[in-house]
Amino acid sequence: MSPRLTLATAARVLGQIRHDRRTIALLLIVPCVLLGLGAWIFADTKTMAGGNLFDQIGGPLLGIFPFVVIFLVTSIATLRERQSGTLERLLTLPLGKGDLIAGYAIAFGVVAAVQATVACGFAVYVLGLDVRGPVWLLLVVAVMDALLGSALGLFVSAFAVTEFQAVQFMPAFVLPQFLLCGLFGPRDELPEGLRQFSDLLPLSYAVDAMTTITTKADATGDVLLDMLVVLGFVVAGVVLGAATLRRRTP
Amino acid sequence: MVKNEGVVPAIRVRDLRVIRGGRTVIPGLTLDIPRGQVVGLLGPSGCGKTTLMRCVVGVQKIASGDVRVLDLPAGGPELRHRVGYLTQAPSVYGDLTIEENLRYFAAVVGTPRKAVGDEVARVVDLVSLADHAGSRVDTLSGGQRSRVSLAAALVGTPEVLVLDEPTVGLDPVLRRDLWDIFHRLAEGGVTLLISSHVMDEAVRCDHILLMRAGLMLADGTLAEVLGATGAKDAEQAFLTLVDRANAAAAAAGAASAGTPADHVPDPVSSKEATR
Repeated sequence: MSPRLTLATAARVLGQIRHDRRTIALLLIVPCVLLGLGAWIFADTKTMAGGNLFDQIGGPLLGIFPFVVIFLVTSIATLRERQSGTLERLLTLPLGKGDLIAGYAIAFGVVAAVQATVACGFAVYVLGLDVRGPVWLLLVVAVMDALLGSALGLFVSAFAVTEFQAVQFMPAFVLPQFLLCGLFGPRDELPEGLRQFSDLLPLSYAVDAMTTITTKADATGDVLLDMLVVLGFVVAGVVLGAATLRRRTP
Repeated sequence: MVKNEGVVPAIRVRDLRVIRGGRTVIPGLTLDIPRGQVVGLLGPSGCGKTTLMRCVVGVQKIASGDVRVLDLPAGGPELRHRVGYLTQAPSVYGDLTIEENLRYFAAVVGTPRKAVGDEVARVVDLVSLADHAGSRVDTLSGGQRSRVSLAAALVGTPEVLVLDEPTVGLDPVLRRDLWDIFHRLAEGGVTLLISSHVMDEAVRCDHILLMRAGLMLADGTLAEVLGATGAKDAEQAFLTLVDRANAAAAAAGAASAGTPADHVPDPVSSKEATR
């Protein structure tokens, strides 16, 4: 791997996104609209403790958006690279497989940072999401979640041959995590077996971290632990993604 | 190690066998391609030209045999900045401009940072696209797009260029200009392996390989091939060689009944052709 080639690849991917104005608009506006919708739905719903329900789900939602969106965008982008023949060309050139995968991860990390800044700002300052912990930590976790989405997207896209398959990986890989991550009720209250299963899923840690930040003032220590786990998944995804990339194909 | 560089061929293929999707595409091919020449790989579509080219650039899984380029194993890391590959379908990024595409490929082949701008200008000029350098590739015509793809293969001046149908669909003037560029590159020592399913392009090549069903029917200069077959042009030579091969297959089939007729046996005629 070489830093120059990794960064050149990241810059190239960002250039592709930059030319696609509508995608940029969707990336930035859709999370805000959905968060606004969430806030509105639960505007009059109080939790048993008397708090606002949006304060409870706002954090997890901020963690889930970047994960889901970047997962999809990454798997489609890499599939396109495969189908356009550019991947075959790149693999005949002095570009390391790690350079390609890391380049993608960095580019989408940047996209996620911008998206997360807008979404977090909107949730906190416009919708009045109550955040007990530091707001900057929300951003850090959101970017980590996006990297997680990017890494998993890169990994599973190796198994998708068509767009139809790539899109199916979203319900197959993402929805179970979405259901079990704690958004629909605390993970502690899940049936036995299901709770243990949710411990194996990366999104659970991402959402735990978001919940901790919004509910606890001294969040940093717990959040760092969760982030270490997420980082582990990111590294595993990138390494497996690079390992499944084959220079020689049948 | 190598005493005389000229003796070692640019591309050396030994007993190459490739199976794709359960079908034997190349049943056992041995071939030497000399350095510094424009070598035309001619044959009908589906005869294995692309598969052979993929073997040379090292992206094809092979069943057995050996492919070496510049005396190194094909596709090895030492070769990746010395071999340029043009895929048959244009393989550039449609959502980037010509310039952005080429800047990226220049960085990938290791062009020094300061020289990237000049290198991009040089190859854009070579394929006559200077007026469009700032245009997004997906707004270009098909022919322009394939020239962008060619420019990307020329970046960094590789020593071996493997070009899969680079002149298909181009107007005659552009085609002539591109062949001129190929010959100028060859004069500078570059080896070019260029495929085409248009037999007429044989006249543009220093050396031709006539391919059918994964085997070479002929391997030599156009004059040699025409001399050996008594044909007027490459197309007729091809037909003559196919007829001979089929006759040989029929004779072999009579000896051992059940041999598929379309399976071309070891082409005795290729030896004749090179004589």
